This record gives sequence, structure tokens and C-alpha cells, in this order.
Amino acid sequence: MTGAPISIERVGHGYGALRVLDGVSLALEPGERMAVVGPSGCGKSTLLSLVAGLEQPLEGTISVAGNAEPADRLAGCALMPQDDLLLPWRNAIDNAALPLVNAGLSRREARELARPLFHRFGLEGFEREQPRRLSGGMRQRVAFLRTLLAGKAVLLLDEPFASLDALTREELQGWLVGALEQEPRTVLLVTHDVDEALRTCRRIAVLSPRPGRVVLDADTAGLSRDDVMKALGR
Amino acid sequence: MRRFGWVLVLAGLLGAWQAWVDLRSLPIYLLPAPSDIAAALWDERSTLGSEALVTMREMLVGFLAAVAAGLAAAILIQRVSWMRHALYPLLVASQSVPWVAVSSLFVIYLGFGLAPKVLIVALVCFFPITANAVDGFASAPRELGRTMQTLNASGRAVFWRIELPWAAPGIFTGARIAASYAAVAALFSEYAGGSGGLVDSMHDHLDTGLVGAAIVLLAALSLGLFGLVTLIERIVLPWSREG
Repeated sequence: MTGAPISIERVGHGYGALRVLDGVSLALEPGERMAVVGPSGCGKSTLLSLVAGLEQPLEGTISVAGNAEPADRLAGCALMPQDDLLLPWRNAIDNAALPLVNAGLSRREARELARPLFHRFGLEGFEREQPRRLSGGMRQRVAFLRTLLAGKAVLLLDEPFASLDALTREELQGWLVGALEQEPRTVLLVTHDVDEALRTCRRIAVLSPRPGRVVLDADTAGLSRDDVMKALGR
Repeated sequence: MRRFGWVLVLAGLLGAWQAWVDLRSLPIYLLPAPSDIAAALWDERSTLGSEALVTMREMLVGFLAAVAAGLAAAILIQRVSWMRHALYPLLVASQSVPWVAVSSLFVIYLGFGLAPKVLIVALVCFFPITANAVDGFASAPRELGRTMQTLNASGRAVFWRIELPWAAPGIFTGARIAASYAAVAALFSEYAGGSGGLVDSMHDHLDTGLVGAAIVLLAALSLGLFGLVTLIERIVLPWSREG
């Protein structure tokens, strides 16, 4: 799997009188990784909900793999929220394998498919640990594997490392890049952290304060932190 | 040692009670001594035992009916939004109905058998189960449901794999509270008539030793059901206790 294209065209959205997104257009090639950066409340997470088909935009169109219907977008995207939201009554491997069980596999079959990923991504030996016994970084790794095992072409990562300390965050950023090189997907990564965006993604989109508009859409190669901060108005 | 602190407290209280009755030479019709109650327990063990079984059956069947109905109501309230507004306020208001006071009506409707007693126990136990289950369902993070939708989960899978286990500790809390009401509810239901349960040993209020013995058994039934619910919770939800 290498991912699927995403097309976001002139998307506007809001809740009642509150306008959250305005005329947002972005396009991602299959397998491309784009970071979405912007101030709090500029609609970054809303954008992910819209792409995932959990909400329908009030204006404009969004398509994933060429499909604009919300149900088709939902079928093509997997979401990883900021909190790992692992289920305390399932061990690590059963948490990671949950999307496979949801898809109709038996628990045993799902574990067999998840196990190789635990080996490849540095989680060997932690398969049977309960989530509460894992460190924050390990929990996020399990949550990422769970997202990956949904078997979707598009991964929507909503500030996945925001709750971690700086050292663990940096370590996991490197881990994420390595994991995505082995298992390529189209990725939209929402983050507050400009360094994280530059380190993990080939493209970056900067949104303005609410209502979010795209003020910068560029390759990260050759882009400096200052360039991004300037686009953020800081 | 700390786990058995209650034994010391109970022994101290019983000792003080016994000493008070002995020293003041209180007549038994005013206050039975623990030794009088123990003697009644022993002397009437056969009658009390069969009465306790009758009361236990009313408690258990009523309690199980309340668990089933309470869970069903909580699921309806959680899943059907208009039900939340239509049903919940009525359930809260129903708590002010003194079911015991209308129990004779239930006897008229349902006869002198088990049915009216089970109904009263179920009505008393129903609300704590429903209210705690509703809170349990509401405690599941909204983000989790949304995330699961993108992880291949159907609505049914979200309910069975996420929402129900998430609500389970709340459901057990409600069941424990309900378990502590069930014995007294069963006893009151027996006052409505046609019993054979522990209330039969309480009719002669002046036989205070026997009344005390029946109360002891009633408390034991209550503790037993409470303990059973707690045990089941520990077996079914080991993660909840350690978490």
C-alpha cells in the first residue's frame, strides 16, 4: 500500500455563527506526508474530521482516492487522536489489532497479523502488557500501530505526540518517519510543533488564525523554521 | 489485619450493648441483648432458615429483574436521544413514589405469590442501576467513538467493544448500591401479604429476640448479595480495580 490521493477544494466550514475554515484548498499525492500547522482554534482538527468523512463541509469538496462521499472517505481514512485512547481492558497487541477484529477477523487471526509489526517497530516483548503499564511513548506507538492496522490508505494524525515530553517526542518523530518509510501511506499530520512538521513531513501547510486559510503550502526541503514562523505571523 | 478491623469494631459494639443491657437489667421487651438474639437464632434456626430462603429468592429474582430492566433503560436512554428527554425525568420522579405504600395494590393485581414481591424489589433496585449505567455510558470519551469509526468499527462494534465495557464499572457500582437495598425492599414487600419470608418472624414486635434474629439474617442476605456483586465485578473487570 502506498496511500491514496487527497483533494481538498475551496473548503469552508463552521458551527453556527462560528466560522472555522475558509476557502482551504490542498492536494496530496499518494504516499505524500503533509504537516498542517497553525494557531490554536484555526480548524486543523476540524479539517481532519472533514477529510475522514466524520463531518461534511458546508462549502467546497473533499475527496479521498477520488471519492467525495463521506462514507467512502471514512472507508479510506484512519484517525489517530492526541490521546492514545487505548482500551484499558485489552492488552497492547489486542488494542493494536482492534481494527482487524472490527473488520471481522477473529482475535487470534488479528493478533497474528499484528505481531510482525510489534517486532518491526520496536514493541517486541510488550504485546501482552496492559496499557497502564506502558510509558506514554510506548502507548503512542501502540496507538499508531492500531491506526496502521486499520489498513487504510490515508492516516490522519491529530497532534499524536503533543502529550509527550520533549525527548520522547523527538524519539517518536524519528520512529514515525522510519515506520512510514516501511509502510508508506498518505499522511496528514496536524501539529503545533514547527520542528516536528519540518522533521517528519515533506510538505507543510500553514493555516491562518480562525477562520483558517492556507497562508503557506510548500515543500519542507529548503524551508527554514523562520520561514514557517513568518507565515504564522510570529 | 486492617481488612478485619470491622470484626474488632463489631465485637466492641456487641460487648458494650451486652454490658449495657446486663448492668441496667433492661427487660427483653425493651431491648434484647446480643445473647438473646443469638439464642433466638439458635432456637428458631429451622424456621428462620426456611424464611431466609424465601426472602433470598424474592431478593435475587427482583434484583436480577432490576439489572435487566435497568440496563435496557440505560441503553435506550443512551442511544435514543429523545428517550433521554422523555424517559429520564420520569425515572427520577418515580423515585419519590413510596412503592411499599402501594404494595397492596400490586397484591391485588398480581396475587399473593412471588410476582408482587419481585416487582417491588425490582422497582426499588431499578433506579440506581439505570442512573449509574447512564453515567457510565456517558463517560466514554467522544473522541474514542469517532476514532473507532475510522478503525473499521460499525455502530454495533462501537457499542459492544467500547461503550458497554466503558460503562461496566458504573453498571457494577449501581448494582452494588441496588444490592444493598434489595433485602429491605424484599422485607417490605412481604408486609403486603402472603409471605413465608423473614417478615413472619417480625410480626410479634414484643418477641424482640426473634425480631433481632430475623434482622441479623436480613443483614447477612444484604451483605451476601453485595459481596456476590463485588466478586463478579472482580472476575469480569480485573482491569477496573487495578486501573
